Amino acid sequence: MSTDTVTLPRTEFASRPVVSRLHDWVTTVDHKRLGILYILYALVFLVIAGIEAMIIRIQLIRPHNDFVSPQVFNRMFTMHGTTMIFFVVMPVLFGFANYLIPLMIGARDMAFPRLNAFSFWMTAFGGLLLYFSLVGANGLYGAGNAPDVGWFAYAPLTSRTFSVGHSTDFWTLALLVSGFGSIGTAINIVSTILCMRCPGMTLAKMPLFAWLNLIMAGLVILAVSPLTAAQIMLLVDRYLGGHFFDTQAGGSAVIWMHFFWIFGHPEVYVLVLPAFAFVSEIVPVFSRKPIFGYSVMVGATVAIGFISMSVWAHHMFTVGMGANVNTFFVLSTMAIAVPTGIKIFNWLATMWGGKIEFKTPMLFCIAFLFQFLAAGLTGVMLSVAPFNWHLGNSYFVVAHFHYVIVGGILFALFGAFYYWFPKMSGKMYSETLGKLHFWLFILGFHLTFDFMHIPGLLGMPRRIYTYEPGRGWDMWNFIVTIGVFFQAAGILVFLINLLWSYFRGKAAGSDPWDAWTLEWSTSSPPPAYNFSSIPVIRSRRPLWDLKHPADPDWNYE
Amino acid sequence: MSQLVVLICGAGTALADAAQPLSPTNIFAPASTPARSIFGLSLFVLAITGAIFLIVFALLLYSVVRFRRRKNDDGREPPQVYGSNQVELAWTIIPILIVVALFMATARVIALVQKTSPPSNAIAVTAIGHQFWWEYRYPDLGVVTANELHLPVSDPVHPTPTFIQLLSADTDHSFWVPRLGGKTDLIPNHPNTMWIDPQGTGVYLGQCAQYCGTQHAKMLLRVYVQSKDDFDRWIEQQRRPASMNDTVSQGREIFETTACINCHTVSGTVASGRFGPDLTHLMSRDTIAAGAVPNTPENLRLWIRKPDAIKPGSLMPAMQLSEQQLDALTAYLETLR
Amino acid sequence: MNTTGIRLAGGRTELDRPTRGRIGMLALIAAEAAIFTIFVVAYLFYIGRSLTGPTPKDVLTVPAFYTICLLSSSLTIHLAATALRRCSVRSFGILWFVTIALGAAFLYGTANEWHRLIYQEGLTISTNLFGTTYYSLVGLHAFHVVVGLVSLSLVMAFTFVGSVRAEHAERVDVLSLYWHFVDAVWIVVFTVVYVIGR
Repeated sequence: MSTDTVTLPRTEFASRPVVSRLHDWVTTVDHKRLGILYILYALVFLVIAGIEAMIIRIQLIRPHNDFVSPQVFNRMFTMHGTTMIFFVVMPVLFGFANYLIPLMIGARDMAFPRLNAFSFWMTAFGGLLLYFSLVGANGLYGAGNAPDVGWFAYAPLTSRTFSVGHSTDFWTLALLVSGFGSIGTAINIVSTILCMRCPGMTLAKMPLFAWLNLIMAGLVILAVSPLTAAQIMLLVDRYLGGHFFDTQAGGSAVIWMHFFWIFGHPEVYVLVLPAFAFVSEIVPVFSRKPIFGYSVMVGATVAIGFISMSVWAHHMFTVGMGANVNTFFVLSTMAIAVPTGIKIFNWLATMWGGKIEFKTPMLFCIAFLFQFLAAGLTGVMLSVAPFNWHLGNSYFVVAHFHYVIVGGILFALFGAFYYWFPKMSGKMYSETLGKLHFWLFILGFHLTFDFMHIPGLLGMPRRIYTYEPGRGWDMWNFIVTIGVFFQAAGILVFLINLLWSYFRGKAAGSDPWDAWTLEWSTSSPPPAYNFSSIPVIRSRRPLWDLKHPADPDWNYE
Repeated sequence: MSQLVVLICGAGTALADAAQPLSPTNIFAPASTPARSIFGLSLFVLAITGAIFLIVFALLLYSVVRFRRRKNDDGREPPQVYGSNQVELAWTIIPILIVVALFMATARVIALVQKTSPPSNAIAVTAIGHQFWWEYRYPDLGVVTANELHLPVSDPVHPTPTFIQLLSADTDHSFWVPRLGGKTDLIPNHPNTMWIDPQGTGVYLGQCAQYCGTQHAKMLLRVYVQSKDDFDRWIEQQRRPASMNDTVSQGREIFETTACINCHTVSGTVASGRFGPDLTHLMSRDTIAAGAVPNTPENLRLWIRKPDAIKPGSLMPAMQLSEQQLDALTAYLETLR
Repeated sequence: MNTTGIRLAGGRTELDRPTRGRIGMLALIAAEAAIFTIFVVAYLFYIGRSLTGPTPKDVLTVPAFYTICLLSSSLTIHLAATALRRCSVRSFGILWFVTIALGAAFLYGTANEWHRLIYQEGLTISTNLFGTTYYSLVGLHAFHVVVGLVSLSLVMAFTFVGSVRAEHAERVDVLSLYWHFVDAVWIVVFTVVYVIGR
C-alpha cells in the first residue's frame, strides 16, 4: 500500500457544468458521498436547531420575559429537541458510519448502495416535512405552526382534542418517514459489517468503530420500530377515530409513554455508541497506544446494548407504576452504569503510559472523558427513583441529557470532524481555529450546562416559557443564557474553519495522524473504488503492522 | 462509621438550614417525611457519586498531564499495552458493589414512600388537574375549592398525613411541591396517590411539572399548611354556601345570565359549571389564575375582560362585557368570601 | 454470492459468510417483528378494557380454513425454493403460483371477515378499544401479506418470461424468508386474537 500522494490537476473537473455535478451528488449511491450529504444536512439543521435554542434561552434570561409568546416558546422547545435528535445527531452519525465503515473494513461500498441513497433521501425528506409545518400546519392559510407537543409528544396532549390543526401530524409523519430511513441505514450497516469484511478481518479483528456501529444499528432496528408502531397508532387515533391513547374510551396515556420510551431510551444509546466509536479510534492514535482491553470494550458494548432495552421506564418514575416496577427499573438502570463506567476506565488506561498529543481531535476527546464522567454520574443520581421524583421533569434532567449529548456526543463529534476532515477533504484544517473553537465552546458549554443543574435542584420544572421571580432561579438562568453565546461563537469558528480549510487548507496526505486503521491507507480523499485491491489483514491495526514489521500486533493479540 | 453517619447527618441538617432561604422550592429543604426520606437518600447518593467523580477526575487529570508528549521526546512509540484482565476485573467488581449498595438504599426509600397506607386520621384530598388550574376536593369534609390547597400541620410525634388522590380532567399534569415531597403525575384514566405530612406551618410553593399545554408554566401550586384550629376554621368557611349580598345583585345577575355559569360553580346559586374553578369562596384565595397574579380587584377585572393579558392561551374566554358590566361583576365576585 | 474460502498465511481459510441479502432480510424481519410486537402488546393490554360495544366473543369466528391456506403456503414456498435450487424451474413455477394463490385466498378470507364485522356486527376501528386494536393488528399483518404477494407476483412474472434460473435460488430463498415471517406473525396474531383474546 503506497502512501505517496498524487495530486491530479482539478481543471478537468472544474469545467463540468454545475448542473451536472449537482446531478451526480443527487443521484449518488457512493457511501462516501452519501456520508458527506448526511453530514452537511446535519450541519444545516444544527444551525437551525441552535437558533431555536437561543430563542428559548433568551426568553428565559429573566423571569416574566416577553421575548416570545408561550405558543412560540412551546414550538421552539419541541422543534429544538426533535430537530437535534432526528435531523442533526442521527444523520451526522449515520454520515460518519456510512463514510468510514466500508473504508475501515476494507470494502468498496456498503452492502446496499441504492438502499443507502433511499435512506438518506427519506431522512432528508422527513426533516423538510417537519419544517414545512411552519407554513403548512394550518393549511397554507396564513402562517402555519410547528408542533408544540414536546419532542416526546405525550398522549392525550397529541389527540385531536388538545392538538388542533395539523402541527402534530407533521411531527408524526416527519418522524415516521425519517424512521424508515434510519431503519434502512441500520439494515445496511448490519449487512455490510457482517458480510463484507476483508479477508483476515474476523469480527474480533475489526476496528471498535465497526463494532460500536454494528451494535448501534442493531439498536436502531429494535428501537426505532416501536416508535414507528406508536406513530401509526397515533395516526389511527387522529384520523381513523381509533382509541389507542383515548383515555375517554378506556385507552391509556401511559401506554404511549411505554411505547415511546421503549424507543427513547435505546435511542440515546444509538446516539452515544457512535460517539464512543469516535473516542475509541481517536484516543489510541493520539496516545500512541492501542485501545486498552479491546475484548472488554466489545463485551461492555454488547452488554450496554442488551441492558438498554430494559431500562426505559426510568423516564416514568413519577407516572405511578407502583413500587415494585419502580424498583426493577432502578436496578436495570444502575446495572447499565457498570459497563459504561468500564469503558471510561479503558479509555483512561489507553492514555495511561502513552505520549499524548494535544491536537484538536484529542482535545475534544479529553473533554469528552471528563464531561461524560459527570454526565454518567448525574445519570446515576437520576436512576435513584426517589431522587428522580424531584429531579425528573426538572432542569436537572435537561442539564443531564445536554451534558451527555453536547458534552459527550457533540464533543466527540467535533473530535471526529477534525480527525477525519483531512481524509474526507484532502486538506488539513487550521489547528489555531480548531483550538479557538475548542476553548470558546468549552467555556460556553460549562457556563450553560454546569449551572443549569442548579435551578433543577431549586425546583424549576422544564418546558416552562417563563418563571416566577422569588424562586431563586433568576441568576442561574441568566448565566445559562450567557453561555449559549459562547457556544454559538464556537460553532461559527468551527464552520469557518471547515469552509476555509476546504478551499485553502494544506494538502493532508493519506495519513496525517500516523494512524493504524485501513482508511488511512487510501488517498485523501479516497478514490471512488476505495482500494485498488482488497486488503488482507492479520491484526486489529493493519497499518501498525506495516509500519512496524519487526513488531507486528498479531504477535500480541 | 457511626461518626461518619453523624457527620453526614449533621452536614445534611446544616445544608437543609442553609438551603431554605435560597429558594422556597429547594429540594434540599424538606419539611415533610417523604421529602426528608428523599433528602437523606440524596445525600448518600451525592456522597458516593461525588467520591467517584473526584477519584476518576483526578486520575484523568493526572494521566493527561503526566503522559503528555514532551518537547524533547525521542519520537519512539511508548510501550504498547493491550489490556489486563486483573485490572478489568477490579474495575468491574467495585462498581457492581457500589451499585448493590445504592440499589438497596433506594429500594428502602421507595417502599417507605410508596408502600404506606393511610392511617385512620389521615386527611383525604382529591386533586384533579385541569388545563391550567388545580381542583381540590375534600370528600370527607364536603369541600370543593381550587388552586390553593389548605392542610393541617402534622406533628412529627403524632402524624396527621394528607393522602392526595391525583386525577386529571384532560391532559397529563404533575404535582410538585419540592419541600413537601417528590412529584407525582396526574394522568387521565390512571389515578395516582401520594402522601405528605407537612411539619411546619406556612405557604409552600410549587408548580405543575408535566408539560400540559400552552400555559403549563403558570399552573402554580400553593399549599397552605395551618394549625389544626386554623384549618378547621377554613374548612368551616369553605363549607358555607356563597354569601348573598343585595348590594351586588346587578353583578350577580350578570354572572348568572351569561356563560359564566357554564364553567363555574357558586354553591347555592344556579351556577354549577365544573369546567373552571369553583368560585364560591373566591375571595378566600390570595391569587387567581392558578397563582399567576395576586387576587386584587384590578387583576380580577382584567382577568375577566382580557385573560390573555395575564395568561395567554388559558381556557378562560374574554367575556365580552361593557365596562359598567365589568365593574358590577367584579363587585359581585368581591363578595364571595 | 458467498465468498469462497481464501487461503491465508498459515494455512487458515476464510469462513463462508452468509450473503448480504440474507442478512439484510433478517435485519428487516427483526425490525418488522419489533413493530408487530408493539401492536401485539397493545392488543393484549386492551383485552377486556373496552367500555362499550361488541366484544371478541360476540363477533369473532375462527378463520380456520384461511389460516390453513396461509400456513400451507409456507410449505409450498419452501418446496418451490428447494425446487429451484435443484434446477427444476417448472416445479418451482407451479409451487410458486400455488403459494400466491394460497396467500390470495387468505386475503380474501380477511376481507370477507371484515365485511361481515363492519356491515353485520357494526364493529369498526373507531367503535371501541377492541375494534381499534383488532383492525390495526390484523390490518398491519394483511398489509404485509399484500406487500409479500406483490413481491411474489413480480417473481412470478419474471418466471413466465423465463428470466428465473437456478442461479437465482439464493435470492428466491431470501424472499421466502419474508414470506415465512409473515406466516409466523399470523401464528402469533391468530393466537392472540382468536385464542387468548376471546
